[in-house]
Amino acid sequence: MSAAPPSVLTEGLTKIFGRFTAVDHIDLSIATGEVMGFIGPNGAGKSTTIRMLCGLLRPSAGRAVVAGFDVARKPEAVRAHIGYMSQKFSLYGDLTVRENLRFFGGLYSVRQSEMAERMRFAITMAGLEGRENALVNTLAGGWKQRLALGCAILHRPPVLFLDEPTSGVEPEARRRFWDLIHDLAAGGVTILVSTHYMDEAEYCNRVALIDRGRLAAIGTPSELRGHALGGALFELACSPLGAALAALHRAPGVIEANVFGDRLHVLLADASAAASLHTLLAAANVRAEAPRPIAPSLEDAFVRLVTRTRRPEAAS
Amino acid sequence: MFGRLGVMLMKEFIELKRDRWAMFRLIVPLLVQLFAFGYAATFTVTRVSTVILDLDQSQASRALISHFTATGIFDIVDVATDQRQITRDLNQGTATLAIVIHARFAANLANGKEAPLQVIVDGTNSNTALIALGYVSQIVALFQEDEAAHLLPASAGASAAPGTLTLSLQYQPWFNAGLSDRWFFIPGIIGTLILVQIVGLTAFAVVREREVGTLEQILVSPISSFEFILGKTVPFFLIGLADVALISIVGILWFGVPFVGNPFLMLLGSSLFLLSVLGLGLLLSTFSQTQQQAFALNFFLLNPFFILSGFAFPIAAMPRILQWFTYLNPLRYFLVVIRALFLKGVGFWTLFPDFAAMFLLGTGALAISMMRFSKSLD
Ligand SMILES: Nc1ncnc2c1ncn2[C@@H]1O[C@H](COP(=O)(O)OP(=O)(O)O)[C@@H](O)[C@H]1O
Ligand SMILES: [Mg+2]
Repeated sequence: MSAAPPSVLTEGLTKIFGRFTAVDHIDLSIATGEVMGFIGPNGAGKSTTIRMLCGLLRPSAGRAVVAGFDVARKPEAVRAHIGYMSQKFSLYGDLTVRENLRFFGGLYSVRQSEMAERMRFAITMAGLEGRENALVNTLAGGWKQRLALGCAILHRPPVLFLDEPTSGVEPEARRRFWDLIHDLAAGGVTILVSTHYMDEAEYCNRVALIDRGRLAAIGTPSELRGHALGGALFELACSPLGAALAALHRAPGVIEANVFGDRLHVLLADASAAASLHTLLAAANVRAEAPRPIAPSLEDAFVRLVTRTRRPEAAS
Repeated sequence: MFGRLGVMLMKEFIELKRDRWAMFRLIVPLLVQLFAFGYAATFTVTRVSTVILDLDQSQASRALISHFTATGIFDIVDVATDQRQITRDLNQGTATLAIVIHARFAANLANGKEAPLQVIVDGTNSNTALIALGYVSQIVALFQEDEAAHLLPASAGASAAPGTLTLSLQYQPWFNAGLSDRWFFIPGIIGTLILVQIVGLTAFAVVREREVGTLEQILVSPISSFEFILGKTVPFFLIGLADVALISIVGILWFGVPFVGNPFLMLLGSSLFLLSVLGLGLLLSTFSQTQQQAFALNFFLLNPFFILSGFAFPIAAMPRILQWFTYLNPLRYFLVVIRALFLKGVGFWTLFPDFAAMFLLGTGALAISMMRFSKSLD
C-alpha cells in the first residue's frame, strides 16, 4: 500500500431500498491513477454503488470518501471533483457536439480561457473533428459514448465514475474507449468503471466482483485467475453434457464443473485426478476426450467466486 | 461570462429554437381554443328562435321580415297575431327574440317619419341576446339601404327623404345585465388557456429530462436545484407572458373586448399567476417519473382547476367544501384580476388580496417542489 490516501474509499457502504438490500457492506479502496473494474451481473448493485459515490443517493449505512470528501457530508465538494457517465446515455440529442460540450463545461464552471482548449481536447479524443456542429442524435453509438466521456472530463476531475460506458457499443469502439480510459489513468485520473462484459475485466488494473450487493472478490485479474480457483482447471469435450455434469458433481476431487459453450470446465482439487476422469465418465455412459489443462479465464474465476460466496447463504 | 444559470437558459432556448414544431405547438392550440371558446361564448348564435308580430301587413313589413329570414340566423318559430302571444312565447322559451312591426310602419317610412321597430329579447342568456341584437341592427341597416334605393327613384324630384327606421329595444324584466356581462368570457379564457399550457409545458420539460437521463447528469454537477429550476422555468415564464399578450391582443382586436385597466397591473397579475402556475407544473413533475404519468396527472388535475375557478360556474353557488378548494386555485384569483382589469379598470389595492394569494401559492408550490426535488435523490 502506498502512503498516499486512496482516491476512493468505502467502508461498509450499504444501500437499502425499502426491505431490499441493493448494496451490502461494500469495502473498496481505489488508489490514485488506478483503473478499477466493477464487474457483476445485472442487478448486482453496481449502479447503486456508483450513484452513492457520486452523491446521487444517500448511503443507508457505512461511509464513502471520494477525492478526500465524505459523500454524505460534503456532496457538493464531491460533485465538483468527479466526472460521471451514467448508465443511460445522457447528452442532449437536439444540441450539437459543441453545444453539449459548452453546456457541460458551463455547468462545471470551466473557465472561459480554458474552455476552447478543453473543447478541442474532448473533440479530438472523441474523434469528432469536423463534426463539431452535428446534432448528437445523428452520431453513431461509439461517437456518442466518447463524447459523453469528453463531457464528463471537461473540468479535469481527479476521479471518474463510468457506469457501463461500453454497453451497446460495437467491439471496435469498445476497444477505442478502453484506450481512452488508460490514457486518462496514465494522466493520474482515478477511474471506477462498471461493466457486465467479463472480457473487459482484463483491461483493468484491479477488479471488484460484485454479486447480489456483496463484494465477492477483489484483486488484479491475474490474482483472481490464479488464487480464486483453489485448484486446477481442465477443459473436457464430452457428450452428453448433462449426464457428464451429474457424474462429475458426484465424483470426489471435483470442486466444480460448469458448461462453457459445448464443453465442460472442470476444476479439480488435484491435477493428478484428471487421469481418472475418463473411467468415471465411461461408467456414466459419457463419451469423453482426454481432459486438457487450461489457464482459467477471468470468467471461470468469476463464476467460481460467485458460487463460493453464494454457498453459505444457501446453507443458512 | 456565463454562470451556470446562463448555460441552463442558453440550452433551453437552443432546444426550443431547434424544435421546429415548438412555435406551432405553443401558438396554434392557444389560438384555436381562443377562437373556439370565443365564438362559443359569443357568436355561436346561428339559429335564434324568433317570433314575429306584423301589425302593418304591408309590402315594406314583409320585405323587412324576409331580410330577417334570408340570413339564416333567425329561425321564425311563430307568427303571432297579438302582443299576448309574444309574451307567452318568450316566457315559455319557445322564442328568444320577438320582433314587433307596428301599424303604419310602411306609411311612416314612405312619409319620412320615424318608423319604430320593437325588439324584445329574453335576457336570461345575455350573450345570445346581445349578439342577436347585433344582428338585428345590421339587418335593419341593410334593409334601410335597400329601401332607400327603392324609394328614391319613386320620389324623384320630391323633397321628402325616406323615413328613418328606429329600433326600440325592450328587455324582459328579469334581464339585468351590466356592461361587464358582455365580455365576461374572453378574459376568463385567457387565464384558463395559460393554466393548461404552462402547467403542461413545465411538467413535461422536467420529466422529459428525468426520462431521457440528462437530469441525473445535471444533478451530479455542481448546479444547485435552485439554479436548475430557475433555468427550467424562466423560458416558460417568458412564453407565458407572450401568451397573455397574444391572447389579450386577439381578444381586444378581434373580439372587441374593451381593456380599461392598467397594463402594468396586468403585467404584475400575469407574472404572479405564472409564478403559481409554474410552481404547480414543477410540483406535478416531482410526482411523475415518466411523461405519460405527467400527462395523466395533468389531465386529472386540470379539470377541477378549471371547474372550480369561477370561469363558468359561480363560486358562490358551489357547496361549501368545494368553495374552500377554490382558495387553492390560482386561476380563481387570476380570473378576478383579469376580469377586473379588462372590464372595470380597478386599482392596485383592490386587487392586492388576489395578488398576494397568487404570490403565496406560487412560492409555496416552488418551495415544496424544490424540497421534493432534492429528496428525490434517495
Ligand atoms: N431506486 C430504487 N428503488 C428500489 N430498488 C432499486 C432502486 N434502484 C435500484 N434498485 C434495485 O437494486 C438492485 C441493484 O440495481 P443496480 O445497482 O442498478 O444494479 P446493476 O447496476 O449492477 O445492474 C436491483 O435489483 C434494482 O432493482
Ligand atoms: Mg447498472
